[in-house]
Amino acid sequence: MSTSRTYDAIVIGGGHNGLVNGAYLAKAGMKTLIIERRHLVGGAAITEELYPGFHFTTFSYALSLLRPEIIHELHLVKHGFMPIQMSSSFAPMEDGDYLWQGSDRDENIHEIARHSRHDADAMDQFDHDMHQICQAMKPLMDSIPPNLFGNGPDDLLQLADLARHLKGLQPRVLHNCVRLLTGSAADFLDDYFESDIVKATLASSGIIGSKVGPRSQGSGLVLLFHKLGEVDGSFGSWGFHKGGNGGFTQVLARAAQAFGAEIVLDTAVDHVITSNGRTTGVALADGTELNAAVVVSSLDPRRTFTQLVDPRELPTELVDNIRRFRFQGTSAKVNFALDGLPSHPALPGRVDHYRGFVNIGPTMDYLEHAYDDAKYGWYSRRPYIDGCIQSTVDPDMAPPGKHVMSCFVQYAPYELKNGDWDVEREGFGDVVEDTIESFFPGFKRLVLHRETVTPLDIERVVGLSEGNIFAGEFLAPQMFFFRPAPGWNQYRTPIDGYYQCGSGTHPGGCVMGAPGRFASQQILADAARSTSAR
Amino acid sequence: MFKTTPFYERLAPLNETGLWSQWSGYLVPRKFQMNDKVEYFAVRNSAALFDTSPLYKYRITGADAERFLAGVLARDIRHCRDGQAQYTCWCDDRGFVIEDGVVFRTSADDFMLTSAEPNFAYFKALVGTLRVSIEDISSDLGALAVQGPRARMLLASLAPEVADLKFFEHAQVKFGDVPAMVSRTGYTGDLGFEVWVAPHDGSALWDLIAGAGKDLGVLPAGQNVLVMTRIEAGLILIGADFHSSRFALSDHDSSTPLELGFGWMFNGLANSDRRFIGRTAIEREIGDRTSRWKTVGLVVDWQDWNRVYQTEGLIPPKDITPVTSEIMLYDDDGVHVGYTTSMMYSPILQRHIAIGRVRPRLSSVGSRVHLEATIHHRYRTVTTHVAKTALFNPARKTS
Repeated sequence: MSTSRTYDAIVIGGGHNGLVNGAYLAKAGMKTLIIERRHLVGGAAITEELYPGFHFTTFSYALSLLRPEIIHELHLVKHGFMPIQMSSSFAPMEDGDYLWQGSDRDENIHEIARHSRHDADAMDQFDHDMHQICQAMKPLMDSIPPNLFGNGPDDLLQLADLARHLKGLQPRVLHNCVRLLTGSAADFLDDYFESDIVKATLASSGIIGSKVGPRSQGSGLVLLFHKLGEVDGSFGSWGFHKGGNGGFTQVLARAAQAFGAEIVLDTAVDHVITSNGRTTGVALADGTELNAAVVVSSLDPRRTFTQLVDPRELPTELVDNIRRFRFQGTSAKVNFALDGLPSHPALPGRVDHYRGFVNIGPTMDYLEHAYDDAKYGWYSRRPYIDGCIQSTVDPDMAPPGKHVMSCFVQYAPYELKNGDWDVEREGFGDVVEDTIESFFPGFKRLVLHRETVTPLDIERVVGLSEGNIFAGEFLAPQMFFFRPAPGWNQYRTPIDGYYQCGSGTHPGGCVMGAPGRFASQQILADAARSTSAR
Repeated sequence: MFKTTPFYERLAPLNETGLWSQWSGYLVPRKFQMNDKVEYFAVRNSAALFDTSPLYKYRITGADAERFLAGVLARDIRHCRDGQAQYTCWCDDRGFVIEDGVVFRTSADDFMLTSAEPNFAYFKALVGTLRVSIEDISSDLGALAVQGPRARMLLASLAPEVADLKFFEHAQVKFGDVPAMVSRTGYTGDLGFEVWVAPHDGSALWDLIAGAGKDLGVLPAGQNVLVMTRIEAGLILIGADFHSSRFALSDHDSSTPLELGFGWMFNGLANSDRRFIGRTAIEREIGDRTSRWKTVGLVVDWQDWNRVYQTEGLIPPKDITPVTSEIMLYDDDGVHVGYTTSMMYSPILQRHIAIGRVRPRLSSVGSRVHLEATIHHRYRTVTTHVAKTALFNPARKTS
């Protein structure tokens, strides 16, 4: 750390949003320090060599929602940004068949027709409707939401803009948006499809990261969210960054440093220092105090409002809203080092279906039953698994001929009823391995090493409360106007100079970077206002 | 009937799409599987194997071979050492480009020249009394391009001396029992090599290289990706970015080497007494600054691209498919000042890019032009800037 202990801005947390925020502040000329508690930046977006030669995306594993503006504005290409498309989705079924969707529309139609001629036709309509919904919703995701409770002229103008945007939508599009934002993925998909494998494959996007089943109200919103991204210009696609999401956050760190931001590792912040309702800096765990007029928390809302500052300094209503903010992480990761690629009985000798995602969740009942277990306080006996063998598209992830497989698993509730994750961890890992084995016989023989990451591990290692991967559930009352709390959705806090920029703010989780970017805009706008007022 | 290349037997079963291009009368895969980006990222992230056998290849031998080529080719072959290669072009006597190609110098009296179009009769006619023999060896050599960051490691695992080849050097090596010439050349702008082999060894060479690459993420790649990567590399293509002056119906269809960005080939020309075809015209063009165009790299302003589409309520498209029909360019006053000849969305640069030509006054890096875009059946323009080529130029290419 430099000898100077005074900064223009201090960002707490070197996750992707902290890095994005710090990079923008530094780019604007602020002397910026990003403080990371761990020995590496990235937060949940890290890549680690947990087994010699094998590089694991320990937690976050795929890219889609990253806002393209960030790539350009922070010059990420210069620092090694490389998004690699994962070009397919392979969904094995319990009877040994599969649904394999690639990137060619006509091929996909024929593949769906094997399961349902009706759905082969319906897919075009679904894709079209989703595209229109995304077109309608994207401007909302790509702007700072109005403060519904503000009475300033800006607030009213922003509300009027929003109303004008919604008023401009076709009735069917707006209705579809509302149905998705408030309803279940299952209901929405039932409008289009009859085939279970088709519906289940699509519905899985409606449960990822969330404590909802595909038939729960609210899964529609999660489904929509996962369709709003793009990889390298392919709208709605998901992909992989060179070197994993840790490769991506290293790119971000290089960009932030190139703009002049300082990054300090292995340094824990104890609390944000406040005086007369405004922040003056941070106190580190070792007692050191660092001064800054702007302090930005990239941590989740619980930590931002109840741990980094004294909740007694905040309005009671805000503290109460944060207390009620739902985290309830239900996702786990199981990462494998593999001796080779698995084989699927229906595709002997083929391996190209592993260049995309492997979606284990073959029926709507399968997904819903998996959720049932979680509802009653236990992990799924037959879990939903979103697998990807990233070394197939990025050979640097594993030694030649070997592979790493990232498995995102649901459901694994943070709170086990009459159980303890430290006891259950490997039992859960076994369930996941057995489940994969049941779809890909011989899989277990390929396993060289396994890392099981429970919600408790996510909380302990990354710091995300209750292991929620989005830094707070994607529930309608926790989004847009209300993320993370009514009246505090514009990255400010009741403490002057103290800002929030984590995934617990609008638009939310996933490796998106939008919260970090919007927060920097707000910080810079506030700074400009206070300068001109002087 | 289209002919097949020495690698066809191996490529045919690998091409799952059934899509083939016709290149100089040969069948070459357009792509091996439906998503071009899979092959694209093999080039940028591992290595890809391209069948480039359809190139025309001429062997030029004899005591006067160097003298002949020094008088025919625009770039001075006398600066090319044995075991080196040169990217070059040849012009007509009015200083218009006939074609470009790579010339490989094995010794003072033994050269190989590649070109995309047939030039045999043209060169033959220029031999005159020189002691030169020109042989069309196009079908005597298959060519396999191995391109990407892992290309060197892959080929060196079979023939260690490949590791020592510098950019634009070549050597005779053996891959297993297969004798081949390897050159550190290619059309992707990446670290890469081309392996030149006798047709009857095509399958054996393929098996060796593809076998060694199996666990390295190495993939066969088709023409689509070759064309994409060459745009990023700023490498021009006959038929797209320029046309041979031999077959031009008007001077509008011809280009001078200066207009194509080959001015660097004439560095030191003033101090050289070498006579070559087109020299007088080229010198006059340099002196009088009469170039009509300048071929440049272009990078589309991403914000403006988004703006013109979003204003129309559309999600801005990012299509990797190269567009080789002309797209017009205007200056700030709306005056037509150029056109693109190859345009695409570049995954590695995350920008819409193009090779195009502009009036010389707008050719310096950073100059602003406006690219025509058709949106909702109406013309719009998008801010675009002139950029340095190669637009993608990784250090590994030459290191």
